[in-house]
Amino acid sequence: MRPETEAELAEAVAGANGPLALRGGGTRAPGPRGGAVLDLAGLSGVELYEPGALTVVTRAGTPLAEVETTLAAEGQRLPFEPADLRGLLGREGVSTIGGVVAANDSGPRRVRAGACRDSLIGVRFVDGTGAVVKNGGRVMKNVTGYDLVKLIAGSHGTLGVLTEVAFKVLPVPEATATLAIPDLDDAGAVAAMARALGSPFEVTGAAHWPGRGTFLRLEGFADSVAYRAGRLRALLGGETGPAAEDAALWRAVRDVAPFHGQPGDVWRLSLRPSAAPGVVARAGAEGVLYDWGGGRVWLLTEPGTDLRARLGAFPGHATLVRAAPETLARLPAFQPEPARLAAIAAGLRARFDPRGVLNPGLMG
Amino acid sequence: MDMPVPDPDILARKAAIVARLLAVLPEDAVIHAEEEVRAYECDALTAYRCPPLAAVLPRTTGEVAAVLRVCHEEGVPVVPRGSGTSLAGGVLPTADSVILGVARMNEVLEVDYTDRFIRVQTGRTNLSVTGAVEGDGFFYAPDPSSQLACAIAGNIAMNSGGAHCLKYGVTTNNLMGVTMVLMDGTVTEIGGAWMDAPGLDLLGVICGSEGQLGVVTEATLRLMPLPEGARPVLIGFSSNEVAGECVSDIIRAGLLPVAIEFMDRPCIEATEAFAGAGYPDCEALLIIEVEGSEAEIDDQIARIREIALRHDPVELRESRSEDESRRIWLGRKSAFGAMGQLGDYMCLDGTIPVSSLPYVLRRIGEMSGEFGLAVANVFHAGDGNMHPLILFDANKPGDLELCEAFGAEILKLCVEVGGCLTGEHGVGVEKRDLMTVQFAPADLEAQMRVKDVFDPRWLLNPGKVFPLGAVAGRRAA
Repeated sequence: MRPETEAELAEAVAGANGPLALRGGGTRAPGPRGGAVLDLAGLSGVELYEPGALTVVTRAGTPLAEVETTLAAEGQRLPFEPADLRGLLGREGVSTIGGVVAANDSGPRRVRAGACRDSLIGVRFVDGTGAVVKNGGRVMKNVTGYDLVKLIAGSHGTLGVLTEVAFKVLPVPEATATLAIPDLDDAGAVAAMARALGSPFEVTGAAHWPGRGTFLRLEGFADSVAYRAGRLRALLGGETGPAAEDAALWRAVRDVAPFHGQPGDVWRLSLRPSAAPGVVARAGAEGVLYDWGGGRVWLLTEPGTDLRARLGAFPGHATLVRAAPETLARLPAFQPEPARLAAIAAGLRARFDPRGVLNPGLMG
Repeated sequence: MDMPVPDPDILARKAAIVARLLAVLPEDAVIHAEEEVRAYECDALTAYRCPPLAAVLPRTTGEVAAVLRVCHEEGVPVVPRGSGTSLAGGVLPTADSVILGVARMNEVLEVDYTDRFIRVQTGRTNLSVTGAVEGDGFFYAPDPSSQLACAIAGNIAMNSGGAHCLKYGVTTNNLMGVTMVLMDGTVTEIGGAWMDAPGLDLLGVICGSEGQLGVVTEATLRLMPLPEGARPVLIGFSSNEVAGECVSDIIRAGLLPVAIEFMDRPCIEATEAFAGAGYPDCEALLIIEVEGSEAEIDDQIARIREIALRHDPVELRESRSEDESRRIWLGRKSAFGAMGQLGDYMCLDGTIPVSSLPYVLRRIGEMSGEFGLAVANVFHAGDGNMHPLILFDANKPGDLELCEAFGAEILKLCVEVGGCLTGEHGVGVEKRDLMTVQFAPADLEAQMRVKDVFDPRWLLNPGKVFPLGAVAGRRAA
């Protein structure tokens, strides 16, 4: 099924007599889903773009690349730097903006600019009964009623199928610089990144790539970037690399390039940054990449590893992003939550999707 | 203001209910004498008042849980309250409800500059959160104008903004975790010192839920490093349109000011008469503040100057000192007080797409003539949040109703141009009956489903957010 309009999509959901596998580009979801494929790429197109108001509204099936090109033509971009996960997950396909929102995909700049859900200002979606629902709108300041925009982001289609999304965007800065500090161990790197992020110099990327270096990104007007880079260098040491290489480096961090083509399972941790080195030390992983100043850690493990069991409790949570189907059948992709919160989540899914047709079982 | 009918059974059993509260709280935490509960009869929307059955002021999460357990068992509605500064009537009680005030829970629990967060009890005032950390070079960014008095609990309930929100976001963008007590007394921990939810973004829907999903007793808040400095520039324009175009050009140029404040002629004149800040004689003015090092500030202001000059400003005033900066802000910060000197006023906070400002101001001007009530406009030009200030005379019979009717028309206009009813203050009771202007039945139903899950008996903060007719049947009568 490939609806071309919101109304057709609503009909398709209302008329579903079994599980639906929601598919934008198929580039992000944890694993293959059973059920009739509902192809969402037919709902495509930018509907409104006001650069002077930093506002873009687009149908959810619009390719991410098209959204990015549209914004770039006006010197603007999505602030939260969504990743291209095809290399990591071994997928082909065209990522849609709806898929980005459904996964709340947020890259290195999340550490300063916020996550996808922080730039998202409005949604339209079709719930599991086929009803069309809107929340938020096209203005940044909106506290009218409950914030379902935040609830829908990251819900992986389990509460509703996105048909339209609205973002507050930001300008593409004039210049960038990346300070590279070599030879820090993990604890030293997290400490250095913490100092950088706690400084007034507006760091927009803080990553530690063991064996390659610790990287801090600055963006803005050229003089401002040069000034701030100098201040950070005085604080932490290191050298700024050629600006022409910045984009490729941060894309590699964003897309977890070190794990591309590497066998093993991929886990993504969200945790208290200062706890990260200790957690990594316990993980026994084969590959590590720190992002968000240590607030996000990517781990490559032996296939089938129950990382959560191995780590025990830690201040944060672990998501299983890439694993064989038999592992995904055995280990939940998303961190199991305490009973009452799990019950609330189940209750929300039951009310938004009473028949359980929207990606059932994906999140619990 | 229509509110749910108080349950006569609860009213009849007041003594027994108070006794149960006194059994789980120290005596000084339960307020039930008629003359004492009156202090809790309203918030900053003083036009509507109703003394509650009782008010409690617990000191711990455990006490909050105990109160909610009692009220849940007794079927008594609970109205959570921070500092009671809501302009939307978010804390308006019914006669059968218990006000649960967290004002005595105001401690700082943990400060961590390495991981950049502060954990506080939510009765703490907004400004005192920054107060706890600014000596060490950090601040908590969301800064509503009432920050001297308003509590974090209320900020979370309403998803409060403030002058800094253009650059730093609002409460929901700075909230990392909460301890929340559900209506049945269960204590839950959501989020913490890490970023992003493990599954569904419950924190995201709790923020802005106006005290209707649970009582938040503790919060983990993001700390931001203080900038090296900040400085404002004031620009006067010959028309609202030109001012709006200038804002658009500044944003298109890639500048990201901390704040962009707009004032129209009626507001400027009232403010000048009151505060004498020396504002120019013009149709509209902008105050734009930028941050960074001195050199970075100079550079940004130079860019703003260059853009502003293309719009033939009536005046362009840069600050060369702390005192001059203070004077630039003086008028804007006195605006509400200035209007208050002229008479009673109602402050709205509808949001519009920034490009609609000239049209909306023109329409407001026309309606002002039709309704016979004067109005001045303050506008957060960076994010579209309007604050029309409608003057009326509370002592003149019918004037409040006239003012409310005018306000409703302005808010409908905001929705009509693609905006919303409220950008900062929340729905409360004030905009409850306009919700159907902005939302279709399916939209409201989706929101109400969320409350069905968190508070199945609909005991928390009754009569707010959703039109009473839409709610009928969900709460036991």
